[in-house]
Amino acid sequence: MGEKGVKLFGTWASPFSLRVELALKLKGVEYEFMDEDLQNKSQELLHYNPITKKIPVLVHNGKPLAESTVIVEYVDEAWPNGYRIMPQDPFEKAQARFWAHFIEDKCLKAVFPVYTSTGEELNKAVKEAQETLKALEKALEGKKFFGGETIGYLDIVAGWMPYLIRMTEELAGVTVVDAGTLPLLNAWFDDFLDVDVVKSSLPPKDKLYAFNRARREKLQSGQKAH
Amino acid sequence: MASDDVKLIGAWASPYVMRPRIALNLKGVEYEFLEEKFGSKSELLLKSNPVYKKIPVLLHGGKPICESLIIVQYIDEAWSGHSILPSDPYHRAVARFWGHYIDDKWFPALTGISRAPTDEAKKEAIEQVFAGLKFLEEVLEKSGAGKPFFGGDTIGYIDIALGSHLGWLRATEKLSGLTYLDESKTPLLVCWAEKFSAHEAVKCVMPETDKLVEFAQMLKAKFSAPPSK
Repeated sequence: MGEKGVKLFGTWASPFSLRVELALKLKGVEYEFMDEDLQNKSQELLHYNPITKKIPVLVHNGKPLAESTVIVEYVDEAWPNGYRIMPQDPFEKAQARFWAHFIEDKCLKAVFPVYTSTGEELNKAVKEAQETLKALEKALEGKKFFGGETIGYLDIVAGWMPYLIRMTEELAGVTVVDAGTLPLLNAWFDDFLDVDVVKSSLPPKDKLYAFNRARREKLQSGQKAH
Repeated sequence: MASDDVKLIGAWASPYVMRPRIALNLKGVEYEFLEEKFGSKSELLLKSNPVYKKIPVLLHGGKPICESLIIVQYIDEAWSGHSILPSDPYHRAVARFWGHYIDDKWFPALTGISRAPTDEAKKEAIEQVFAGLKFLEEVLEKSGAGKPFFGGDTIGYIDIALGSHLGWLRATEKLSGLTYLDESKTPLLVCWAEKFSAHEAVKCVMPETDKLVEFAQMLKAKFSAPPSK
């Protein structure tokens, strides 16, 4: 008690802590970012999240919260004035939460094999990823962003896709999302990456690519060893 | 009036279907229960939930809402009356966190026990189930101050998220011989489980343990029987 302010435990590379950063920045909330070493988690992090021990963790006036999508909704409710993150209408909210669940449940799992596979496996992974992502286009129909004219909750939750899928495409030498295969998502990628708060929040490209190049090689050599 | 038209597509044995039923009962909302036949999916279900093709699906004025905890939140927001989620943003977020934990970590550990490929994996899954229950016991203790439910004097979001699994938890105890809700380990949860199951919004939709055991045995026989040509 008595601890004031906002602290965010995350990592420079994590798309999950990035979600929370986007939300906080959209609200104009000042926060202290605690960059964690996931191989050597701080005592503070483990104290605030003894349940899952994962980042991101938001600590607001000493009270901790975990689970990035939960934290984003919290940020919208705790700072109710200013930028609107969640839709107003209960049905629209339910739709946004549904697609956020779909992204967490299916999309990350669908894209990861594109990141790790090679050869025939890679071609198969690309097709399956495209099939999964096609479903998500329904949420973009007739809109610039998932949130409408401006970015909202679902854009934030999906926000890892534009930069991480593009990076994966470059590292793996494939195309997953383009105007021919996934036109709505393709357009959204560009529009999302053009938003000021996104531009100023993304991890540095060179550092991210170097980190992922090394990580991908490690994972693939691990696979070959089998 | 179309906007008053409330339908729920579901099945008696599903813990996920129980959740919106409890929520609708708490709000005093009348609805039509459309029971899916085991082994097949209705046209309405496939049309209403094309992405997952799963129950439950709530149809409100013809508009579909999917995913049990999302439906529960929708019900809380669309109808006034009994508040399912707390009013304070922090406590709402804590409740949502536990909903995620129960569905993403705890319940998969429970179902993972029977599916564990090795003894080591089985032991780990069992430990996770007990660890999760211990965490939830602490949450109940903290939120409680002697209150019967996670929601305080009345049923709330966490009660619904966890309580909907009681049927299968009890069935699993009967089938495996292991006691998960153990008075010596989690006394508050044991007491809570009884009160929750007896609540008027719950007791009419909680499946009977013996029927679930029968259902599980039928499923096992069906899927382990040699395929017919």
